[in-house]
Amino acid sequence: MIPWLVALPILVPFVTAILAFVAGRSLEVKRWISVAGAAALLAVGLLLIHQVYQHGILVGAMGDWPPPFGIALVVDFLSAIMVAITGITGLAVAVYALADVDRSEEHVGFHPLFHLLLGGVCGAFTTGDMFNLYVWFEVMLISSFALLVLGSRKAQIDGAVKYVALNLVSTVLFLVAVGLLYGMTGTLNMADLHLTIPQVENQGLVTAVALMFIVAFGIKSALFPLFFWLPAAYHTPSVSVSAIFSALLTKVGVYALIRVFTLIFTQDVGYTHNLLLIIAGITMLTGVLGAAAQNEFRRILSFHIVSQIGYMIMGLALYTPLGVMGAVFYVVHHIIVKANLFLVSGVANRLTGSFELKKIGGLYKSQPFVAVLFLVPAFSLAGLPPLSGFWAKLVLVQAGLEIDSYLIVATALLVGLLTIYSMTKIWNEAFWKPHPDEIEPGTGAVALSRRDYILLTAPIAGMAALTVIIGLWTEPFILLATSAAEQLLNPDAYVQAVLGVRP
Amino acid sequence: MQSLILSTATRFLTGLMLVFSVFLLLRGHNEPGGGFVGSLVASTAFALYAIALGAKAVRRAVRVEPRMLVMVGLAFAIAGGLLALITGAPLFTGVWLDIPLPGGGELHVGSPLIFDVGVYLVVVGAVLTVILTMEEEIS
Repeated sequence: MIPWLVALPILVPFVTAILAFVAGRSLEVKRWISVAGAAALLAVGLLLIHQVYQHGILVGAMGDWPPPFGIALVVDFLSAIMVAITGITGLAVAVYALADVDRSEEHVGFHPLFHLLLGGVCGAFTTGDMFNLYVWFEVMLISSFALLVLGSRKAQIDGAVKYVALNLVSTVLFLVAVGLLYGMTGTLNMADLHLTIPQVENQGLVTAVALMFIVAFGIKSALFPLFFWLPAAYHTPSVSVSAIFSALLTKVGVYALIRVFTLIFTQDVGYTHNLLLIIAGITMLTGVLGAAAQNEFRRILSFHIVSQIGYMIMGLALYTPLGVMGAVFYVVHHIIVKANLFLVSGVANRLTGSFELKKIGGLYKSQPFVAVLFLVPAFSLAGLPPLSGFWAKLVLVQAGLEIDSYLIVATALLVGLLTIYSMTKIWNEAFWKPHPDEIEPGTGAVALSRRDYILLTAPIAGMAALTVIIGLWTEPFILLATSAAEQLLNPDAYVQAVLGVRP
Repeated sequence: MQSLILSTATRFLTGLMLVFSVFLLLRGHNEPGGGFVGSLVASTAFALYAIALGAKAVRRAVRVEPRMLVMVGLAFAIAGGLLALITGAPLFTGVWLDIPLPGGGELHVGSPLIFDVGVYLVVVGAVLTVILTMEEEIS
């Protein structure tokens, strides 16, 4: 049954997409299919985590072609965690979208595209084959492009062109690197690559190909200096779309980096991982400084995605058990918090009429509940105890101190402080100061219906609660991340599970 | 812009290319070809048709909404994979049938063909969506 089980994260969103498309003209049916599909994906994710606990790494050979010849889907702790977290954000955004996405966008296919995107993301998380990973990247790219231009406003097209141009460069580079890898080793199965890469005579070439992967995945995950497509695009589509993008797209790049640089390219750690560490530091700094210069709610958040990606790569680059564990934990924390902040920005827009911080205000006085919902993820992002961000940063700082990388630790702490600066700016402008046009938020032209209010705030409240839970009841999450890191740093079990031989 | 030479030639070429694309689709199982390559040829045919005769003519010729093609194709592809459920084998395992032909001999068909047809439809639908959107934007 395992081949079916590991294929579920791909099957569920695709079947949902088809159902949501053929559901006919009734929008209501489409919407609930979408929500049910996302909930099912979450259930699949939790089931996978449970199964990995029970049976270890799950491997399914598609089409009954044994690896390394066929395509294998492989689910270890990291993959299962990522699928579950995709389900959580998918569900939150699917509910939020009920009140956020406008009807015309729903009619041209928001729901099917949304689930195609989730399917592509889950495919990338579960595949054990480099070329298959490339295919999932393409699925993601196509569906995300379609979502980005949905509504075809001018700013959207402008952002989408930058997005697609850079991402195409990334996929082409990825494809070339995959070709070179195949030429060197004669295999693209990740587990098999782990065994064959050390036998390649010209190790210099291996490092060169590794660098190509750093660039290709670096564009995807918005690393310095290749991040500028992200703040150019993420503030243009509907809030639901930018929330799911912010949560998942860059994290697929991070996931790919973690996977490739723990399983395949571990020959020249002194060079590749040090390079990653430097990139991580600069990425953190440029992201947070870029955010300081912005005055639009979603643009500030977009730049913060960039700076937060730096933390995850820092964990990977330290390449110690604690560091990799921190990276995994940080990814989970970040996905929840960042998607939530985007959702809050949408509510602020609906209540005050704009994303521009200069044009809005007065939210704290009239909508204290929304203010609290902003404060929780904002403080968590900055790393204040006892929220999830505090533990994520603490683990990474500890991991850095453990191997005496003081410079990166100092950078991480400084960036944490600067993050508070940005969050305070949003707080002051959007929540604290009175509205410049003296509008009472949530009344008159910007009033919200009761249905919309509930549908918009319920997912935010749920995700904020999750942040608090991770913060206060950290141990199970830390344990899970530790198990994931153990599997990542001891690839022998992975190789054995896939190829069935003891290396 | 209407060019007599182009539009006359297109009427022949489009049909020819579409037949060729189906040929590629069918021969794809053990030889170069397959759903993806076939669909690219078919998309090229429609692109040519759109350039020569306009997006409206393509919509008339295709009849169904391109996005419908994508979703139907996706359904086919998944159905092709799910057929393995009957035999209890892992997902996407080929299920094969030998249909006896009247003139002796057998036709060897299986679920990979259904998958390939699905891929064919998905790619044609996706490329058509892009081409038609851009073509209608310009005109």
